[in-house]
Amino acid sequence: MKALSLAKLPELFSLVASKEALYIPADDGAGSARFTRYTEGLEMTDKLNTVRSAKDFFFPQTENLVDFKLKGKEIEISDPRTEHEDFVLFGVRACDARSFQILDKVFLVDPVDTYYQSRREHGTVVTLACTKPEETCFCSVFGIDAAAPEGDARCFIEGETVYFEALTGKGEAFLETVSPLLTDSDDSAVKAQQEKTREILQKLPLKNLSLEGFGAENLLKLFDSEKWAELSESCLGCGTCTFVCPTCQCYDIRDFDTGNGVKRFRCWDSCMYSDFTKMAHGNPRVSQLERFRQRFMHKLVYFPANNDGEYGCVGCGRCLAKCPISMNIVKVAKALEGEVR
Amino acid sequence: MQELMIAKAKELLGNSTVNRVLGWETGEFVYDITPAVFESAEELDARFVYNAFCGNNLSKYLIKESRKEGKILVFLKPCDTYSFNQLIKEHRILRENVYVVGIPCDGKTDGEALKAKGVRGITGIREEGDDFVIETLYGEERLARADALLERCTNCKSKKHVVYDELIGEDGEVLASHRFDMVEKLEAMTPDERFAFWRNELSRCIRCNACRNVCPACSCEKCVFDNDASGIAQKAAADSFEENMFHIIRAFHVAGRCTDCGECSRVCPQNIPLHLLNRKFIKDIDSFYGEYQAGEDTESRAPLTNYTEGDVEPSVVYERGNN
Amino acid sequence: MNAETLIPKLGVVTDIRIDTPDVKTFRVVGLDGKKVFEHMPGQCAMLSIPGVGEAMFSITSSPTNTEFMEFSIKKCGCLTSWLHAMDVGQQITIRGPYGNHFPVEDALKGKDLLFIAGGIGLAPLRSVINYVRDNRQNYGKIEIVYGSRSKDDLVDYKEILDEWMQDDGITVHLTIDQPQEGWDGHVGFVPNYVKELQPDLSYTVLMCGPPIMIKFTLAGLKELGFQETQVYTTMELRMKCGVGKCGRCNIGSKYVCKDGPVFRFDQLDELPSEY
Repeated sequence: MKALSLAKLPELFSLVASKEALYIPADDGAGSARFTRYTEGLEMTDKLNTVRSAKDFFFPQTENLVDFKLKGKEIEISDPRTEHEDFVLFGVRACDARSFQILDKVFLVDPVDTYYQSRREHGTVVTLACTKPEETCFCSVFGIDAAAPEGDARCFIEGETVYFEALTGKGEAFLETVSPLLTDSDDSAVKAQQEKTREILQKLPLKNLSLEGFGAENLLKLFDSEKWAELSESCLGCGTCTFVCPTCQCYDIRDFDTGNGVKRFRCWDSCMYSDFTKMAHGNPRVSQLERFRQRFMHKLVYFPANNDGEYGCVGCGRCLAKCPISMNIVKVAKALEGEVR
Repeated sequence: MQELMIAKAKELLGNSTVNRVLGWETGEFVYDITPAVFESAEELDARFVYNAFCGNNLSKYLIKESRKEGKILVFLKPCDTYSFNQLIKEHRILRENVYVVGIPCDGKTDGEALKAKGVRGITGIREEGDDFVIETLYGEERLARADALLERCTNCKSKKHVVYDELIGEDGEVLASHRFDMVEKLEAMTPDERFAFWRNELSRCIRCNACRNVCPACSCEKCVFDNDASGIAQKAAADSFEENMFHIIRAFHVAGRCTDCGECSRVCPQNIPLHLLNRKFIKDIDSFYGEYQAGEDTESRAPLTNYTEGDVEPSVVYERGNN
Repeated sequence: MNAETLIPKLGVVTDIRIDTPDVKTFRVVGLDGKKVFEHMPGQCAMLSIPGVGEAMFSITSSPTNTEFMEFSIKKCGCLTSWLHAMDVGQQITIRGPYGNHFPVEDALKGKDLLFIAGGIGLAPLRSVINYVRDNRQNYGKIEIVYGSRSKDDLVDYKEILDEWMQDDGITVHLTIDQPQEGWDGHVGFVPNYVKELQPDLSYTVLMCGPPIMIKFTLAGLKELGFQETQVYTTMELRMKCGVGKCGRCNIGSKYVCKDGPVFRFDQLDELPSEY
């Protein structure tokens, strides 16, 4: 384990930022935190997490896929990508770190999404252990340990010291970069912190959320549940839950005529939106009930059925905090629990 | 108050005045409240709640609910009654299928507002005098109620119910509010400063459409931004001005119809002060056409859809646009 | 598969055939004059005119056609209207092939095949029918039931008359919804016609058409004693990526673009009925 005085963290940031792009969670001036590109003087937030998840860095809200030029009956195709720059994403929480593995299961399986892959290759994820979880946190339900986050490297802020530990080759390279600032340390302070954090995790109100029975074997039973009507009744059909979710990855592809050629974009989309499945001649999901059901069935049943039981949720609690009508995956899971008992 | 409301709902269900009740339902925590329809006394006893966290304006749900079979009871706070009236005026709610019970409101807050004050790990909240006493995973905290309210409540425009079939408690008065103070600050800025202010605020937009979907004035059956044939149904931010245009167009579209219920700012996950766009319109309409409060009544013609000889000329834009 | 799956290739339209008042068949080759890619019967491709739209279409021609690919497309939305208005020589973008295919080289091999199609539903089956015709020795009896609103709405009518009906060992039954001058064939809806024909239970059925036709025909087949494991269909849903990632065509644990579009009815029973 390596250590650095907390007061020297800005020095570490400067050093990293002098070599590659660095993003840290910082206050946005409107009461929330967001990952912000580090420039001299930027301070790390003391908020638990950002509103927008860290997925943005690998799967941005909008990205240019391909460019076209049209001349008469002819079309010219070009790949607009330039080499992605190396970057460090610092201060990622355990929940978001796990979300990358879930996104990998979508974007890195055959056929690989090369846009996502390139960003994953260029990015180093340095996580930060949680010490003050919120009541909306339920990452432990998914086997995530907020006191020992995954990532390329992880750090722990305890008292006036930041402790570092590399978990992958990339993480080792990161620590090598900042090694002039680091000193060797034992891990007793970190161990003590973890113990304290885990005690708090044990007290979280949602830690016993049960997902037992949410599997392929109960797919149709859950789909046909009468609960969906009640649960979806006041859903506004907005995309807040989807867009703040670190694992939601459905996207739309659209063309934009710039007047000087056509840019084909990929952008986040939401199964909660009425036009998500709309075709020229009809829509198989006619009401909000079907759209609402799709989002939760996908996370709790369909995704695990295809991915060895891994749920499409990391328990970050963003949708709990942000849904305009406070309807969320926890309430859905609890309401459906009885269906599979 | 909650007990009185449940009793009233049971009475009206019991004597078949209504067959459903639109209200608020408890959640996992004290603050995560969901609008819900109740159909029986048992459901009311089990889940109905009315407290400082029932901010949701229930009016818009009546567009759909009033078209179902039977009459529905709805509980409306003073500011919600303005939205209800405006929707009646726009022929969006079938009035005869709704029984409105006006309820008092002394200001609402939400979990986010408390957390913005630095409170972490909320496990319980109670009201003591003028304070919220908040139990957290990390100890007890005390916040002055007045400091923890939603922006729209700190600038409450009216405690008066403009429409109801029945009232629980006493009706209040239209208040002298300071709601235009921030608009005046924006007006005092130079155009460049103002532009920078809005560019910064709107840069956080994630285009989740929560503001639009919650807005009682946004009741189009098919929004132009969802219509592929409109040519502007772009979900991708094709350039960085895309979201800015979305909000500006939306503000124009609800101008003269927005009652300033503040739901847009309450639901914005990125804390964009969207209500300021609408308030600017309200303030301008007041000064150009005389004081007008959308939703105050169901009969009067709205300034922007009415012509009088005294109407302001378009040149007013140039006349006052010198800064 | 193309490593850059979201970046399309270029094709050029070399022939446009008017099939019906609202269906045209487009012949597409690469800029080098050769086929853009190989496929199996039932697979699809993403066609696009940049700035207008991109959509998934069934490849109508048989893989045994070594010169070009064909797409029979009904005019019903923005992109299809544009395609219907364009001329020969227009370049389009194309990517694929996507999805699974009818199991012509395994489960269907050696079987008697009954094709049932309604309207534009013939398009995906045409690929299989011609594949089977070109590998005739591998299959048993072949029967085709095809119906449309009117004689003018029968897709590939000329090919049916001049080629399919001339083949030995292929029986074609045509029907239209309403009596019409110049039509002395069968009149009536496809589901009823199938019941009247009382096909032998030895047939494996490949069916495509409007949902209402599929529903009643399947019910009729079951009445006749057919098992769901004997009946295949191909599905259509909104798609964007074509590779099981954008989430649009997700039904249950399946992605129609990747795990479909061809399903057996017993497989569909395991999925939520959201199509």
